[in-house]
Amino acid sequence: MAGSRGRGRSQFTFSVDALGFGRGDSLPTSAQTPSPLFPPMQFRPVPLHAGEEVDYMLALKQELRASSKNLPFHIKAARTKTDVARYSDKYQNGEPKNNCIEWSPDWSRMPKELCIKVRKPRKTVIGAKPQLTRKPKVAAGKEEVLQKLETLEKREEEQHSEEEEDEEKKKQNDEEEEPDADEDYDEEEIEDETDYIMSYFDNGEDFGADSDDNMDEAVY
Amino acid sequence: MTAQEVRLCGLLLQEHFGNVVEKVGTHLIRSGVLTLRALAHETKLPLDLVKKSLCVLVQHGMCTFGAGRRGPAGPVEYRINCEHIFHMLRYPRYIYTAKSLYGDTGELIVEEILQRGQMTMSSTVKTVADRLTHNMPEGQSMDYSEVVSAFSQLVETHFLQRCPPLASAGSSSSGAVDTPLPVATQPTEPESNPDCYKLPYINLTGQGKRRRSSEGGEAEQRAAKKARTDNSECGDDGIYWQVNFQRFHLHFRDQAIISAVSCKLDQTSSEIVRTMLRMSEVTTPAHAAFTQALSANEIFRALQSSYNIARPNLDQYLSLLVDDPMEFVGKTGDSGGGMYVVNLHRALANLARATLESVVQERFGSRSARIFRLLLRKRHLEQKQVEDFAMIPAKEAKDMLYTLLSENLVQLQEIPKTPDYAPSRTFYLYTVNQLPTARLLLQHCYKTVCNLIERRLYETKENKRLLEKSQRIEAILASLQATGAEAAQLTEVEEMITVPERQQLESLRHHINKSCTNQLLSKHESVT
Repeated sequence: MAGSRGRGRSQFTFSVDALGFGRGDSLPTSAQTPSPLFPPMQFRPVPLHAGEEVDYMLALKQELRASSKNLPFHIKAARTKTDVARYSDKYQNGEPKNNCIEWSPDWSRMPKELCIKVRKPRKTVIGAKPQLTRKPKVAAGKEEVLQKLETLEKREEEQHSEEEEDEEKKKQNDEEEEPDADEDYDEEEIEDETDYIMSYFDNGEDFGADSDDNMDEAVY
Repeated sequence: MTAQEVRLCGLLLQEHFGNVVEKVGTHLIRSGVLTLRALAHETKLPLDLVKKSLCVLVQHGMCTFGAGRRGPAGPVEYRINCEHIFHMLRYPRYIYTAKSLYGDTGELIVEEILQRGQMTMSSTVKTVADRLTHNMPEGQSMDYSEVVSAFSQLVETHFLQRCPPLASAGSSSSGAVDTPLPVATQPTEPESNPDCYKLPYINLTGQGKRRRSSEGGEAEQRAAKKARTDNSECGDDGIYWQVNFQRFHLHFRDQAIISAVSCKLDQTSSEIVRTMLRMSEVTTPAHAAFTQALSANEIFRALQSSYNIARPNLDQYLSLLVDDPMEFVGKTGDSGGGMYVVNLHRALANLARATLESVVQERFGSRSARIFRLLLRKRHLEQKQVEDFAMIPAKEAKDMLYTLLSENLVQLQEIPKTPDYAPSRTFYLYTVNQLPTARLLLQHCYKTVCNLIERRLYETKENKRLLEKSQRIEAILASLQATGAEAAQLTEVEEMITVPERQQLESLRHHINKSCTNQLLSKHESVT
């Protein structure tokens, strides 16, 4: 090998002109900036698939995306209350809370440590609370009044009448609800009989909540 | 887990389950395996939120848990199954396949189970019957038995399978009072359960309930509520069903092969291949290299009479298929008129190669594609040889080769003549490695999907005002039409939106949506 150093000195296994530059030429300039973010394309891209199949799948995809936002699997963190506790909090509609889960999984298939209290839907809660306080009271008279209400105000108080019917149902199944009622006692959602439709109520907590940081502006 | 895959998982989780689950999921993917406490500590989220997210992920089969490093007595560890998250991209395709095979009922069953992760048979049947009844005209309702029969068909063809049962740790037999409740160990593979595809016996009779908002619906609501609490009475408590993704993928693979045959040869050959694949659907294991051997007599008997293929024609078609360079069908024997198999792996490899070639052609032009195909066939070539074989002038060939090299589609192999890799005494050969290149393209696809999703989110945010306005307009239109307004009022309302803006936005979002699904489908199947 030492002997052949002189003989085969400038013999390359590839032809030198294939490199693109000869001896003594300066190398091509090196790139100083990163390559552009959207480099111009040499060839236009192939058009997308079209057709009935694709349209159907597109509609399906949009539907799935929209509906998955409404499922209980879509988890939103509970809003931290920056203000003092208010009386109106009792009447707020259901905001997601951190310590309860909105659907009931099969706990036997999950590790025990993941077990959280399952949040009962609003309707069952209504029956539970008033039940405890009103059991000694006369239940029959209440039902008559409720039925009158139902027949008189069908449309506007549809929501209320549903809730009150559930109260009746819960009274019928009160034994089943008894153990659950103790758990739900801690629930803050109390829908006592009020004349106000809950969804109309807005305690104005959101107003001005965004501009709290900027104290220079006067708040009207 | 590549960076692109992690990013894609995060975006998908965010799209379907929200920001909290996304944070938990991405952190768990990056860290590998974690316990609950460690996860809560590192993500700095409240423990309850982490618990809820893990419940969601376990419910959908994306997260598995098991006894950790310290054995069954230690804390439970969780890990994420990324492949499962990628399947979320293909949900529409699964649903569409179910629809084409089993009609609307099958479609709704698969959709319900996909959205909920796992469900019992009885709850699926009830929900689907209710949904179908809702769409039917007044007075009609869907009977449970029809839904049950569609469900059984899906199970028989293995599209649905039982969720694997959890084996609880046997070591918790110690009698200590403060022993923690048995930690469920890693769920076993679903296929290892012998009852995987066995339908449970349920006594479920009735019809779908129509949800009505009027007073008359009270009785139904009451009955519906009672029915929901009576789940355990149906007899299939604890038996959950999930979608068998692998079976769907096998179905897609078969479809790809059949369409390739029909493109390359003709319709009749593709029908023959379809028959062969259908006959060996359930007998062929998932990752087999080729199907079971089928004799020509069997194929002839199984062919549908509508195709009108005579026996000698069938033999000719089969010999054509065998001689085809794509090697879809192979002949393994002569008994029974000739034993034929479908070469699954080889067909897929050839399809992948064709995909690679077409990608290079579309991105770099047909001459670069010629060089690429040359390298695929000749394996290793020097630069001079490339120029000669491809019949392209030296300067241009060099340019194209270097472009392909910089994109990493072509690799350089050095063969030294001397132990020191002196450039003057080394051969430099260009080569293409098919599998790594295919994987590279797959990563490109993931990146593209990520970019498209982010672009869609950006566009939606930018034009949120416009979108909301159009939604309000639609609502107003609907209400106006309901009250019988004049056409002039309608047009006036419609013109409130500037048409070009709306069109542009809609078309952009449509394209983005379409690209998301379509791109990933073909590429992934080719890289099996």
